[in-house]
Order: sequence, then C-alpha cells, then structure tokens
Amino acid sequence: MKHWSWVAALALLPGLACAQKTAADSIAEYRALLADGNPAELFEAKGEDLWKAKRGPKNASLERCDLGQGAGVVKGAFVRLPRWFADTQRVQDLESRLLTCMSTLQGLDAEAIAKTPFGKGEQANMEALVAWISAESRGQRMQLPQVHAAEQRMYELGKRAFFFRGGPMDFSCASCHGEDGKRIRLQDLPNLTKNPGDGVGFAAWPAYRVSSGELWGMQRRLNDCYRQQRFPYPGYASEVTIALAVYMGVNAKGAESIAPAIKR
Amino acid sequence: MADPMRIRAQAAGDKATVRVLMAHEMESGQRKDAAGKTIPAWYINEVSAALNGKVVLTAEWGPSVSKNPFLQFVIKGAKAGDKVQVSWTDNKGDKRSDEATVS
Repeated sequence: MKHWSWVAALALLPGLACAQKTAADSIAEYRALLADGNPAELFEAKGEDLWKAKRGPKNASLERCDLGQGAGVVKGAFVRLPRWFADTQRVQDLESRLLTCMSTLQGLDAEAIAKTPFGKGEQANMEALVAWISAESRGQRMQLPQVHAAEQRMYELGKRAFFFRGGPMDFSCASCHGEDGKRIRLQDLPNLTKNPGDGVGFAAWPAYRVSSGELWGMQRRLNDCYRQQRFPYPGYASEVTIALAVYMGVNAKGAESIAPAIKR
Repeated sequence: MADPMRIRAQAAGDKATVRVLMAHEMESGQRKDAAGKTIPAWYINEVSAALNGKVVLTAEWGPSVSKNPFLQFVIKGAKAGDKVQVSWTDNKGDKRSDEATVS
C-alpha cells in the first residue's frame, strides 16, 4: 500500500521527474511489491519442520547437524558458509554440508540426492531446508572465513573458474558479472568481482523464482549459470560450484544477506 | 492435504490489513509436460475469509492466478485479538482452512 501511494505521488510530479525514473527503479519497485508476499516463507516453514523431523533409515532429525557454528546452531551459520570442516576435511557450502548431515545423521544416500533433478524428491526438501537456514541469518552480514589454507585455495580456484572462458560462446562468469553497469535486457547484473552491495548477488540467494515458482539454492543458481554459458553441468555440490561460492562470498564480505529473496 | 497458509493480520485504527500466502500449484491446464501431454488444470476456485466466524470476503478464482498466490485485503472494524479465518477450495475438491489472530 505504501508503494502504491508513492507511485501515485510520482505520477503527479512534472514530466522531467518521471523521465528520470530508470528501468532499475521500476524493477526495484516491482521487487518491493513482491517482497511483501514472498512465497519463500512457505518454503521456510517447511524447512523448519524438515530440520526437526525424524527421517531416513536412522530415523533421526538434523538438529545435531553442525553447520560450522557447533552442533545444531543455525542462526548465523549461513553468512559464514562455505567454510572448512575438519570432520569431512573439505570446504563445504550449505548444500554440500546438508548432504553430509543427511547421510551421517539420517542415513540417507547423499550420492542419490546429488543425482536427483532439482525440485524433485529429496532435492525439493533441500530447497526448503536452505530457505529456512538462510532465513535464520537474514539481516546479518556476509563474513566467510579465509583462515584455513583450504579456504584460501578454494578462493583462488573460484577466481580461476570465474574468469575461465570456454564453451561454444566463449563465455566466462566474468563476461557478464565482471564489470559495473552491465545488464541483460532489463535485468541489471551485479559485478561479482567485488562487493556488489547489500542484498545483491551472493547476498540475495537462495531466492524464490517467480518464473518457475520454485526456490533456488546457490547450487541450482550456479547450475543455471553454466547452462546459460552452454557449459556442461558442473554436478550438484561439486568442487567448482563450492569454489565459485567461496569466491563470490568472500568478495561480498560485509554485505547484508536478504536470503531467501524473491527474483522475477 | 495441502500445505498450510501463512496469514498475517495487523490492526491499525479501525481497520486490519490481512496478508495471506497460500501454497498451491495453480496449474492452468494450458501447459504441456515433457511428453507433450496436457497437464490437467488444478487451481483454487473459491476463497473466503471470515472475521470471528462472520464471512467478510468471498472470491471466485480461476486458472490465471499465479502459483503460490498472495492475497491482501482490509477488514473494517477488526481489532486486535479478533480471529481471521481464510479458506479455499480447489477444482479437485481439496480444501484448506487456516486461522490467525489480529495483532
């Protein structure tokens, strides 16, 4: 309602002011209208239930899952991922960490889940879990650790993957996301080689996609980036996707997370 | 059984703004699956809202309403502590009803 009155006020201004309203303003306005009823909330509620539900062959919940802040601590975990985990000897993002917890605590088959198409079966549950876990850190600032040598190595790896050109169109992530002010049609593209700001780029995913009516985690988002570049799919929770997340996440240091956001 | 709705009802003055988020596929019946077969229509066709048991809103919806619909409306004369109940029925006969307290 607030937004409608603002639109009405704008219409009364002289023509010059209206002409200054950019496409980006209109999109921001559209997002603000949508954000009021972001269906990601439906996924959040489902995710919270899933976290507490006893499931899998071991009939256990995820409540003892260590997301990096100690067993069962969810608040604040999201803005510090991906990070190094001593028990798996790997740098893991939220989704690969959840796979670990689902297999060790609940006895579910992590490999089978990784092979499940997005939005189906356990992958649909994954969407809900990432929605809730990210929402628990909403408003906090991104602060990925870069202490462990493996975390620094993943940053360098992610940087290389980000600038690696290839495929039939000779694209890299940096082709679109390496400079300020680029856009595809009316869509502004964040410059992910530096901090693009609060609630933009890395700090805005996972998000509810209005066009597909589904909640996309970072893994699915990156998978789609590879599709758009006409690269082969990188594989769920593969090292390159985690490395890219480290690169973008470290670059976004200090940005406020609004995840799960809403996207067109 | 359908997933629960999220209902928020906030009083301001002598009015309450109600915001409802419903979980529903809202399949239009116009789309085709990967095999080329039409996906059958499945959408909410009746919505109603009640304040303390008294119906204050009824709506007929169709296949053009988006997936996971969001509905916002204002109830006159609602005050904090009142109960707002929202229900829907879809074209397959599935029903869902949820309640929230005006705050």
